[in-house]
Amino acid sequence: MSFQPVRFYQTGTYTVGNRLLDEAQRTVQATVARANSLTSGHRACQGCGEALGARYAMDAAMHASDRQMVVVNATGCLEVFSTPYPETSWQVPWMHSLFGNAPAVATGVAAALRVKGRRNVRVIAQGGDGGTTDIGFGCLSGMFERNDDVLYICYDNQAYMNTGVQRSSATPAAARTATTPAKGPAPGNEFGQGKFLPEIAMAHRIPYVATASVADLRDLEAKVEEATHLRGARYIHVLVPCPLGWGAASSDTIRLARLATESGLFPIFEARFGEVSEARPIRRLVPVNEFLRLQKRFAHLFEPTIDTERIAVIQAQADRNIKRYALLP
Amino acid sequence: MLKQIEGSRAVAEAVALCRPEVICAYPISPQTHIVEALSEMVRTGDIRPCEYINVESEFAALSVAIGASAAGARAYTATASQGLLFMAEAVFNASGLGLPIVMTIANRAIGAPINIWNDHSDSMALRDSGWLQLFAENNQEALDLHIQAFKLAEALSLPVMVCMDGFILTHAYERVDIPSQELVDSYLPPYEPRQLLDPDDPVSIGAMVGPEAFTEVRYLAHARQLQALALIPELALEFSQCFGREAGGLISEYHSEGADTVIVALGSVLGTIKDVVDALRAEGASIGVLAIKTFRPFPLDAVREALAQAKRVVVIERSFAIGQGGIVADSLRKALAGLHIPTHTVVAGLGGRPITTVSLERLFRTALSGALANLSFLDLDQGAVDRVLAHEREVRRSGPLANRIVHEIARTSVRIE
Repeated sequence: MSFQPVRFYQTGTYTVGNRLLDEAQRTVQATVARANSLTSGHRACQGCGEALGARYAMDAAMHASDRQMVVVNATGCLEVFSTPYPETSWQVPWMHSLFGNAPAVATGVAAALRVKGRRNVRVIAQGGDGGTTDIGFGCLSGMFERNDDVLYICYDNQAYMNTGVQRSSATPAAARTATTPAKGPAPGNEFGQGKFLPEIAMAHRIPYVATASVADLRDLEAKVEEATHLRGARYIHVLVPCPLGWGAASSDTIRLARLATESGLFPIFEARFGEVSEARPIRRLVPVNEFLRLQKRFAHLFEPTIDTERIAVIQAQADRNIKRYALLP
Repeated sequence: MLKQIEGSRAVAEAVALCRPEVICAYPISPQTHIVEALSEMVRTGDIRPCEYINVESEFAALSVAIGASAAGARAYTATASQGLLFMAEAVFNASGLGLPIVMTIANRAIGAPINIWNDHSDSMALRDSGWLQLFAENNQEALDLHIQAFKLAEALSLPVMVCMDGFILTHAYERVDIPSQELVDSYLPPYEPRQLLDPDDPVSIGAMVGPEAFTEVRYLAHARQLQALALIPELALEFSQCFGREAGGLISEYHSEGADTVIVALGSVLGTIKDVVDALRAEGASIGVLAIKTFRPFPLDAVREALAQAKRVVVIERSFAIGQGGIVADSLRKALAGLHIPTHTVVAGLGGRPITTVSLERLFRTALSGALANLSFLDLDQGAVDRVLAHEREVRRSGPLANRIVHEIARTSVRIE
């Protein structure tokens, strides 16, 4: 007699929508009262990691702030696909000013709310990696340094996707973009220090810095909820795969985010006042190969021959993260 | 109350009387004394409630003001020169979003070569950014224009630049009459935004607009500026009734009615011009002055009416469109289209060069005799530029414009009278 094992959801995992969990532990998305801050009908691509991340982050913040919040959005995919005039997907007070000034605009909103005596209204600024690590970096650092009462969330898809996949300072080594083509003796993006903004944010000694990814949405929610309750400058950096820019299947968005974290390439941690307070251990370590080979932007590392030398350098970057953040306790 | 104070202090007092709720500032000469004074007033509680934000750049300064204004606070900042250019993107954004921010421009030249002294290149570079631009003639007017500016900005939902000559006004000690808080309150009602970032009534501000509506949006921006042409004189009249003195308006005339030669200018140079015109009129010369108080929107009709009977117009400009000529004169020619009135451009006072009564008198006498060129530069060291030009014809090498001319001028040590 054949039998089929019955699988139960397990409590204690971060499985989104887990209805066996205690009410208080359930994800915001599992509740009928979720805010739907970013409603359906927007124009993001199929499998967009940023739309997913933003929706979870904003709903969690709405939940945590009791719907008392204002959002400032930098120019970018998220802004363009959510607000093509005369439509808007936002169910929250939302403002877009420029590409590089979202942190400063958010500072202004927070100042106005303080003057008006509305300290219960929380201010969130958000943008992509270009708006955050490049053009908006000065304003972001200023906002951090003043410890303004703003939560800034960066959705990092590792290039300028809105303008057609050009390199940003968050683009990983060897990745092909429209401005780092897979041509010449060293195809793809240069190998360098890159710019890992969470560590730069930590250097400002702000109350809260965290990383998250769309592979672990309950973790993202929990971090946004925690950050929403805190005062002062806070920063959350969310890895959001982009099927278009990464040259990956739309169905692989979550898988890629998970492989990025499980390989150590993108460490998941929290830091308070400049010190790492918690790092999420890798559950099943994978070599960087598994992350890289699903993406056309890294195809030149595998074809026509396998570029073991450069893959080894990328592996070394992952190993360094694992060591630095103690991801394999 | 009458006080003998610095222009910057007078402006700070005016801004304080307008009850700003968010002030953000990044220091740049010659704007610094204004924002220093305001920081003190916020710190001591003289302005309350108010948030004073020390930002990391001018781009952030105006961006903070944008956020504050969109969230319903009366917002103010001040800048000059390079600072205005550094925030240029946000300047256009603030007007596009219809946010009634008031910003003082302590007018200063733009480099290279770097120069901290006065001219109007900064305001003029941003003249088409959708902001209203008011120019102050003296410190009393600078003070008064700020009070009018908040009212004007909030009535039209458009940002306003109050332009005052850097150093010449900002750093000059003059007697000014500072109105009482009650008087200002009676003139300037609290800021009531049309649209607000409010969780209880969520709106999306700053959506993307495509070809289907962009032209209409720009048309409406223009229409709003044209409304200002009617509103500015109304507010100036109301101001004079309330405060008992004249300030602002679109233009102001000084013996220009019936004058054959009319001198046109904006800003602090008007005082010097009026002195020289007084002297020439005493000799019987038919000469008068037209002051442009509002440069954006440009009062085409008012200027045309004021100058229609003139035989000759001389525009004294503290800025210069390189490769083209006078910026103000251009607008004037448009206002005077079809009237066949010769309009001369005189570029003067660039980068802080003093515009003296002696030079102006010589200039006006030349104009009265009919010998003034279409475009001329007051007190230009023609010999020095000719020598540099001659040198450049001989040596073909790229390089900065400044080095050799500075050397030439130092060599001959020209004295400006």
